[in-house]
Amino acid sequence: MIGIKLSWRYFLHRRISILAVISVALCVFIVVVVMSVMNGLVNEFKEKNHRFVGDCVIRASSLTGFPYAADFVQQLEKQSFIYAVSETVQGVGLMTRPGSSWNVGIDYVGLDPVKHSRATHFAETLGYNADHPERAFQPSYAPEMDGCILGVDLILYRRPDTGQYDSPGRPWLDRRTISSFPLNPKGGLARAGLDMVSTKTFYYSDHSHSGLVKPDGRTIYLPLEQARILSGMDTPVVRSSTLHIRFAAGVSVTDGVRQVQQLWQAYVQSCKGKPYAEMLDDVRVLTWQQDRREFIGPMEKEQLMLTFLFLMLGIVTVFIIFVVFYMIIGHKTRDLGLIKSLGMPASRVAAIFLGFAAIVGLIGTAIGMTAGCLFLWKINAMENWLYDHYGWRVWDRAIYAIDQIPNAIEWPVLVCVAAAAVAACLLGASVPSIQAARQSPVRALQVSQI
Amino acid sequence: MGHILQAKGIHKSYTMGKQTLTVLRGVEMTLSAGDFAVIVGASGSGKSTLLHILGALDKPDKGTIEFEGQRLDQMSNGRLNQFRNQNVGFVFQFYHLLDELSVLENVLLPAMIAAGPIGWLKCKKNVQNKAISLLERMGLKDRLPHKPYELSGGERQRAAIARALINDPRLLLADEPTGNLDSKTGHGILEVLNELNQQGQTILMVTHDDRIARQAGCVIKLSDGKIVS
Repeated sequence: MIGIKLSWRYFLHRRISILAVISVALCVFIVVVVMSVMNGLVNEFKEKNHRFVGDCVIRASSLTGFPYAADFVQQLEKQSFIYAVSETVQGVGLMTRPGSSWNVGIDYVGLDPVKHSRATHFAETLGYNADHPERAFQPSYAPEMDGCILGVDLILYRRPDTGQYDSPGRPWLDRRTISSFPLNPKGGLARAGLDMVSTKTFYYSDHSHSGLVKPDGRTIYLPLEQARILSGMDTPVVRSSTLHIRFAAGVSVTDGVRQVQQLWQAYVQSCKGKPYAEMLDDVRVLTWQQDRREFIGPMEKEQLMLTFLFLMLGIVTVFIIFVVFYMIIGHKTRDLGLIKSLGMPASRVAAIFLGFAAIVGLIGTAIGMTAGCLFLWKINAMENWLYDHYGWRVWDRAIYAIDQIPNAIEWPVLVCVAAAAVAACLLGASVPSIQAARQSPVRALQVSQI
Repeated sequence: MGHILQAKGIHKSYTMGKQTLTVLRGVEMTLSAGDFAVIVGASGSGKSTLLHILGALDKPDKGTIEFEGQRLDQMSNGRLNQFRNQNVGFVFQFYHLLDELSVLENVLLPAMIAAGPIGWLKCKKNVQNKAISLLERMGLKDRLPHKPYELSGGERQRAAIARALINDPRLLLADEPTGNLDSKTGHGILEVLNELNQQGQTILMVTHDDRIARQAGCVIKLSDGKIVS
């Protein structure tokens, strides 16, 4: 009882306690805000990637693709652990407007929009046909023409201030000519001479906004068979570039991919002897994380580096608390001598100052948490105010594919940060407290009498 | 009355760098219940060191100390803490009251240490009444909620005496209790101590002032670490 009383009274009467509380509060505030925003950005980015490719991807490592995909798709669709499968054909090409000298390099992806929407969240990215993906390749102004779905940044203007796109609400007449070099199964040009380039003109029928920079800025989606012809994957054997798989509800990605791998290995064995079966050896079965590693990896590394930096910040906090308590206990030599002369055990003497440190930690954490949560709650409003008054935005919406700064508060993160802050205070105060407990009462009383 | 304190062959030295300073050289003394004894000596004669050893605040290098049959020189630090809390009351020259606690809380301090967190909840009311009674005896009835820095020197020393008495110690040790007070106030403190002794409290006091020493029942003269009379 006396220990708690003294801890509290020391806290109230030492102005240096304010310094310690402020340092803890600042550290907690910074960690809460930055980790919440960073975690939000990383999680949002990961989720977008997951929704873009589905749970599992079977991918050829070469632009030439792999054969006999349709049979394997039929086999997969019979499995109870699989919800949907979608086949795509992918290639690189040039895009221009008929009659224009403007030219840009693009990636094209041929797919069936209905099947692809079942295997991934493709339909949700569509601008005009989210509820009816079967119409995605039918331009509303000319339904009989071959439509194309453009990455949103290839067709719409994005406002730099709000990050919103200016969309008239329906597609307009806009033709895009795609040129590509069809490849044979051996990786060479499928045709020679003037015929070596495949070209076709498509009509803008919809756009796709996935929230990912490369697809939105560089990808055009075409009807599957049209893309197959453009890429040369229609002869001499029908080929595909990827299969996208969504697992049934309750099936984990790890388990699902393991089962698909087993099926694929068996299928490859069963195709031995068929023409071009050796192309199946270059095909990999991947989880969505593995497939998107080149995009997710750098962000996860940044997140790890940030966590390491916060660890350094925690160590600095520990040192600040250590110095503060060293000073406090230095001023309390007389009190320590008296308390020990009255018979207080060493452990209870140490507990007084550890209790003091816990109070500093708890109050500093409470202030930091409250300020952090309030800041996160209003972060987008504050950024908008800064933009409206000073034209300044933290994240340029034209560069970063976000509509607003993520500000979701994750309670497990808060609990961990709070526990770490209090632990840092106890750790920082531990050495001075133990030294205080070990001090000789006679020496302490004599020093104070000098 | 029987002896409550017996010290035999007490030696104490301090090492300062390469030098060793011997403060006590084979001190022997006894104290009986109800005694009012004073240790006198020049500055540096070892008076306070002897007081600290007899009060179990420090341990001798050699020798034995018996307090009502218990060997203090053989006790662990934990047992010594407990012994000191329950059997010895200290009054210091500079009062040593905690500024963060009120006068009443300062007096309650030894009792709170003795009771522990849970025991204190059971005995709090009784001990508080006792503390208030002690402070009334010391003439500090109106100063209960005040902080020590709001009191005069004499009031602080009387509060310190009340604190020393809260656990009904067998022995009251006073280290130069009037050393920081003017003569009139110091005289008042001595009167308090005399009154306590007349009520049966055993007191051992240290002073360098022979005039104060003459008022005690027993004078122990210390010189160069030895008792000379």
